[in-house]
Amino acid sequence: MFDYAKYLRMDKLPHIWCYGCGNGIILKGAVRAIDRMNWDKDSVMAVSGIGCSSRATGYVDFNSLHTLHGRAIPFATGIKMAKPELNVIVFTGDGDATAIGGNHFIHAARRNIDLTVVLFNNNIYGMTGGQYSPTTPQGYFASTAPYGHIDPSFDIVQLAMGSGATFVARSTVANPREMEKFIHEGLKNKGFSLIEVVSNCHERFGKRNKMKSPYEMIEWIRSRAVSKAKAETMEPEELEGKIVTGIFRQETRPEYVETYDRLVVQKAGGGN
Amino acid sequence: MGDIKFLQGNEACALGAVRAGLRFFGGYPITPSSEIAEQCARLLPQAGGRFIQMEDEIASIASIIGGSLAGAKSMTATSGPGFSLMQEALGYGIMAEIPFVVINVMRGGPSTGHPTGPSQGDIMQARWGTHGDHPVIALYPESVPETYYEIIRAFNLSERFRQPVVFLMDEILGKMNESVEIRDDIEIIPRKKITGEPSQYAPYAIKDDVPQTANYGEGLRFHVTGLFHDETGFPDVSGENIQKSIDRMFRKIAMHEDEVAKWEETGASEPDVLLVSVGIQARSAKMACKELNREGISAGVFRPVTVWPFPEKRLAELARKARKVLIIEMNKGQLADECRKFISGDKIVALNQLNSEMISPEEIMSTVKGVL
Repeated sequence: MFDYAKYLRMDKLPHIWCYGCGNGIILKGAVRAIDRMNWDKDSVMAVSGIGCSSRATGYVDFNSLHTLHGRAIPFATGIKMAKPELNVIVFTGDGDATAIGGNHFIHAARRNIDLTVVLFNNNIYGMTGGQYSPTTPQGYFASTAPYGHIDPSFDIVQLAMGSGATFVARSTVANPREMEKFIHEGLKNKGFSLIEVVSNCHERFGKRNKMKSPYEMIEWIRSRAVSKAKAETMEPEELEGKIVTGIFRQETRPEYVETYDRLVVQKAGGGN
Repeated sequence: MGDIKFLQGNEACALGAVRAGLRFFGGYPITPSSEIAEQCARLLPQAGGRFIQMEDEIASIASIIGGSLAGAKSMTATSGPGFSLMQEALGYGIMAEIPFVVINVMRGGPSTGHPTGPSQGDIMQARWGTHGDHPVIALYPESVPETYYEIIRAFNLSERFRQPVVFLMDEILGKMNESVEIRDDIEIIPRKKITGEPSQYAPYAIKDDVPQTANYGEGLRFHVTGLFHDETGFPDVSGENIQKSIDRMFRKIAMHEDEVAKWEETGASEPDVLLVSVGIQARSAKMACKELNREGISAGVFRPVTVWPFPEKRLAELARKARKVLIIEMNKGQLADECRKFISGDKIVALNQLNSEMISPEEIMSTVKGVL
C-alpha cells in the first residue's frame, strides 16, 4: 500500500476540489512519482500559481509556495537560481501557464532550467466559474462563450517543444499509471520538463457541454486519447479533436544554473 | 578613511547592494536603470551570487521573491513602466512578508513618457501602487554617496522587518558621477537564522510584530501564500484574521518608525520659510536656502530620506513655526498633497515643474521672495 500520508498534509484535507475532479488523480500521480525519486521531503519545493490546479501546493508536505496568477514559473526560477539543490516542481493549469503565464512558460523552457512543470489541463477556468481558456476546444460552451467557442487552442506539447523544453509528455487522468510514469521521467530529467495532464472539469466545463458527471467527462477524455505511436499511423483528419499522449521529447541539453556556474561564475572568478 | 571611488549613481547602487549582501538579481532592461542590472551581471558571479535577465518585469520581481525565500538577499531594478508592472508582486511581497529591494530609477511618465528625462512622478506609485491597504518603506537618496549607503540601509530595513523596500532614484542621479568614500565600518543585517522543531514550526509566528520565517530548504518545511493566512502560513480569510493581519502589518512599521525614519534639516533651525524637497531636487533647494540665508532670509530645508512612511510628525512641528512651507518637486505636487493632510493649506506653496529639468535655485529663491 502506498503511504500517501507520508506526502500529504492530512490536516488540510478534504481538499477544495469538487467531487470527482481530476486534480486529485494528478496530485496522487505526482506524489507517487516523487516517492519513486527517494528524495528527502526537505529537498522538494512545490510552487504553484492561481487557479484550481494551484491549490495542490497546500496539500503536499514539502516546501510549498502558492504565488500569483501566471507567475509560478518565474518564482520557481528564482528559487532554483538561489538554491539549485532544491528539487523544484511547479503545479499549474492551462490558464495559469499558457494564458497569463504563457511568456514565462516559453522562456523557462528556452533556458532549460531544471523545473518539472505538471500542467493540469482541464480546458477551462474552473475556479472563476467556467470561462474559456487557451485550450477550450472550438465549438464547446463556456460561461464567456455562450454561443460556442471560436478560438483555436494551444497545443501545449508543441508549445513546449518549440520553446526548447528537454522533456515533454502528455497524459490524461483516464490513464493514471501512464501519467505517473511520465511525471517520474520528467522529475528525472535535469532540465525543463513539461507534463501536460488532460483533466476533467465536469462542474464548470462538463455541465455546459452535456457531460454532467465525472464519469461522462473522463470517458470523453478516454475516448479521444490516442497514443503517439498510433497517432503516427493516422491521417490528420482522423486526429481532429484527439488527445495524443506519450513522451514527445526526452533529450539531454545543458541545464541553465549548471551552465551559469560552469561558464559565468568561472569566468568571473567567483565561486558558489 | 576608506577608499574613494568615482562612481555613477547606478553603479554605486549595485556596489552598495552587493556590499549589503545581495546574492540574487533578476531584472529586465529599462532606461534609465539598466546600468544597475549590468553591474549586477558583472559583480554577482564574482561574489558568490547569481544574475538572471528575465523575460519581463513581472517575471523579474517574481524571481527575486523566490530567490529571497530560498535564502538569497535579492533585488531588482527598473523604471516607471516596469515599476507599474511589478506592483502586483510587490503587494505579494508585502502580504507574505518577504525581504527584497526594488529600485525605481524614475523617468518622465505616464506611459513611455520621457525615458531619458528626470521626473519625481512615482512618489505616490511607490506608496499606493499595489492594491489594498498596506504599509510601505521607500527610501530616496539625493547623491551618489548617499545612494551607496542608503541602498545598504534598504537591505537592512528589509531584513529587519521582513518587508520589501522601494528605493527611488532620480534619472539624473542614476546617470551622474560623484566621489564616494567606501567606509569599512558598515552595519549589515544578515538574514535571520530561524531554528525550531519541524513538526511545530509556524512560519508566521509573530515576534515583536515581525514574522519568524525561515528560508526554504533548510529543514523547516512550510507554506507561503498571498492569501490572508494564519501563523501556520495557511489561508485564513476570516474577517477577524484579515483585520488583525492588516493592523499588525501597519503596526510593524509604525511602532518602529524611529528605526525607519530619516530626514535631513539644513539652514535656519526654526525657519520662516521651510523648503521641502526630496532626491536630487533637494540639492537645488539647499543651494537656494544657503543663498537666502546669506541675504538674511530665515529659510531652512527639510529633506525626507525615508520618504515612506512620510516623516510627518517632525515636518508638522517645523511647519507650525514657519510662515510658509514651499514644497519643491518635479511632479504635479504629490508631496504637497500629502502635506495638506497635516499642514494648514494657506501655508503651503507648491512649486512644481515637469519640463524634464530640475527647478533651479534661482527659481526657488524668487518664489520664496514672492510669497514672503
